[in-house]
Amino acid sequence: MSTVLHLDRITKRFGGLTANDDVTLELKNGEILALLGENGAGKTTLMNILFGHYAADEGTVNVFGQTLPPGRPRSAIQAGVGMVHQHFTLAGNLSVLDNVMLGSEPLIRVRSRRDEGRIRLLALSEKFGLKTDPDARVSGLSVGERQRVEILKALYRGARILILDEPTAVLTRTEAERLFDILRSMTRQGLSIIFISHKLSEVMAASDRIAILRGGRKVAERANSDTSPEELAELMVGSRVTRPKREAHSIGAPLLAAEEVTVHLDGKPALNNVSFTAHAGEILGIVGVSGNGQVALGALLSGVAAPATGRLTLEGREIGGLGPRAFIAAGVGRIPEDRHAEGVVGELPVWENVVLEQLATPEFSTRGFVRRSAARSHAADLIKLFDVRGATPEMRISLLSGGNMQKLILGRALAAAPKVIIANQPTRGLDEGAIAAVHAKLLAAREAGAATILITEDLEEAVDLSDRLQAIVGGRLSRPVAVEESDSRRLGLMMAGVWEN
Amino acid sequence: MIESLDLLFSASLWAAVLRIATPLIFGVLGVLLCERAGVLNLGIEGIMTMGAMIGWLTVFLGADLWTGILVAAVAGALIGLLHALLTVPLGLSQHVSGLGITLFASALAYYLYRLIVTVGESPPTIDPFRPLDFPILSEVAFLGPVFFSQTAPTYLALALVAVMAYVLTRTPLGLAIRMTGENPHTVESQGLDPTLIRIGCVMAGSALMALGGAFLTTAAFNSFFPGMVQGRGWICIALVVFASWRPGKALLGALLFAFFDAYQLRLQAVVEGVPYQLFLMAPYLLSIVALILVARRAQVPAALMIPYRRGER
Repeated sequence: MSTVLHLDRITKRFGGLTANDDVTLELKNGEILALLGENGAGKTTLMNILFGHYAADEGTVNVFGQTLPPGRPRSAIQAGVGMVHQHFTLAGNLSVLDNVMLGSEPLIRVRSRRDEGRIRLLALSEKFGLKTDPDARVSGLSVGERQRVEILKALYRGARILILDEPTAVLTRTEAERLFDILRSMTRQGLSIIFISHKLSEVMAASDRIAILRGGRKVAERANSDTSPEELAELMVGSRVTRPKREAHSIGAPLLAAEEVTVHLDGKPALNNVSFTAHAGEILGIVGVSGNGQVALGALLSGVAAPATGRLTLEGREIGGLGPRAFIAAGVGRIPEDRHAEGVVGELPVWENVVLEQLATPEFSTRGFVRRSAARSHAADLIKLFDVRGATPEMRISLLSGGNMQKLILGRALAAAPKVIIANQPTRGLDEGAIAAVHAKLLAAREAGAATILITEDLEEAVDLSDRLQAIVGGRLSRPVAVEESDSRRLGLMMAGVWEN
Repeated sequence: MIESLDLLFSASLWAAVLRIATPLIFGVLGVLLCERAGVLNLGIEGIMTMGAMIGWLTVFLGADLWTGILVAAVAGALIGLLHALLTVPLGLSQHVSGLGITLFASALAYYLYRLIVTVGESPPTIDPFRPLDFPILSEVAFLGPVFFSQTAPTYLALALVAVMAYVLTRTPLGLAIRMTGENPHTVESQGLDPTLIRIGCVMAGSALMALGGAFLTTAAFNSFFPGMVQGRGWICIALVVFASWRPGKALLGALLFAFFDAYQLRLQAVVEGVPYQLFLMAPYLLSIVALILVARRAQVPAALMIPYRRGER
């Protein structure tokens, strides 16, 4: 097999940070190469150099035997490189055809050749099984459909090497499997593919060869057939990471209970007649594919949404809809689903974010003034206690990586020793090391007697952490089952909405 | 009452509508082009003032009318370049820069004017564009005076509406411009330069705005005097929202406003016992109402007013 792409000794620095350190990478014709590494390992930077978004400080990019000028996406496109970005670069207000055709013609031309463009787009869509409607507006498409448009865009520009940055981050499992089928068929038609991932299972399932990046360096390269998920995990993290195990222990009194609660969002019922009870020292897992009422459940459990019917009680006292402040005062610690939108205020420093929920307490304010030094030292404590790497109390919180930000949010929620913890997708988008840390803290809170409601899409996480599980489907909750009595078949059926009442 | 309705059937009213609409059409096309590429240009009021002044001055100094128009457009483009440099590569607030440009350009225009014409002197006049005279067509009742007896720049403005609509929707350049206003990162990842596209659009848009100003001194009137732009620039900013960023609708909006304006002028003469200020207010009031009715469905370019910096999301 011939080499189609050769990255030679690439080094890229951002200020004091070396994002890529002497990385050499080769891609053979017709193969799928997985670029594996934790968040911040330098995978995306490397691909951005290849595509010309960044210019490398040292090293060269060679495509089909020809060296690319640094920092010019146009040259990369002309050489046959196509990139599907993690955050799609599509314009929502324009049509699929508009998005695909942009840049494919000389700018100064009396009339855009849209009819030819449409025919070519449909032919590509047919050839690779990427169904699309050229006249649909992009804003009306699902995430999976948008990704197809991104891929078609690259193919339309004649890409023979396709780079996909975390292509499955936004897809459901079925969509992801379908995507890998399509990628496989593309390689049979002569394309070569690099995809970026930090998920071991899909790397094992979909790649021919795997290059592992850690801390900006390429630490290893393995043929798929010569390696195992365990070895990859170790190479990726640099040491063995094992997720903590849940120890059996006895469960206490009921703390948080919902009785036949219905919640409306935007005037429509989003949670329908749900009941659950979380006991002291218990983790209750609510598992299901996203979009099945988790948003409404999160809103209910953080006090933002009030029950339309039914009761939500904490230690027998009705608290449904009293508002977030009352929930915090009653001892509910919350880890919101979207850490950037609801968890933190990105522009504010770490210490302000850390005390946001407790500004009314005498510990952090006197006579309406914030006790800044107390708040700062509290932030410093949390940073140490929860192993938040690279953080100082004065730093803007948006500068933290996802995993470290999540550890800080977790610390904020757990520092007050809450009776109840609402953990909504607590490890979404985190790498292995951070997942293990978050799990350990949640299990420690369980040992300490907190009642935790864990809302998650990740079945493995739900089974690892939970004492009992309920499935959420179409705004309804199944009856709880003890984890010991469940198996993957039964849980799969539950998540599909099949359960006895 | 009957008299005020009778006005609606007078050819002179409708001829005035087209005449009053012309500077608005130039201005609104200019704003539309800038905003389609993602840049708000509040410098329009000042750019129109400068265009009016430079257009008049060029002719006053001996050039012909079309040269005056051309020089005004070049001046507009240069002021646009200043706004573009501040807001596109430097990424400054488009509001602040635009208002600054308006203050700067108006003041500069008045200053240059005062270098030539001293206070108290009556404004020097030039020989402006004359209404065109088409054989036969201009003689047709009603349609003749309305459509075939306008000055040349009015026909230019109408033609530019069609050109703008065609370029934006039918050419690769137009697609790149629209995409720059929607998502400049896309443009960059397709190997084009959104910064250059934005600068070009702001310059061309500002040239159009200056044409609107130049129309005032070379066709509507025959001299320049301070305050003559009278908020027309601001009206154009609102008209673009009213038009949902579409050239055809922008023409409609300009005509609608011009109609209100022309009608209220004539009503003042007919209706008695109402303070004339109320009539002056009417077009603006009605524009606000129209804006409220239409603008809720408007399709704002997604990247409007968002500075583009390479490698940042």
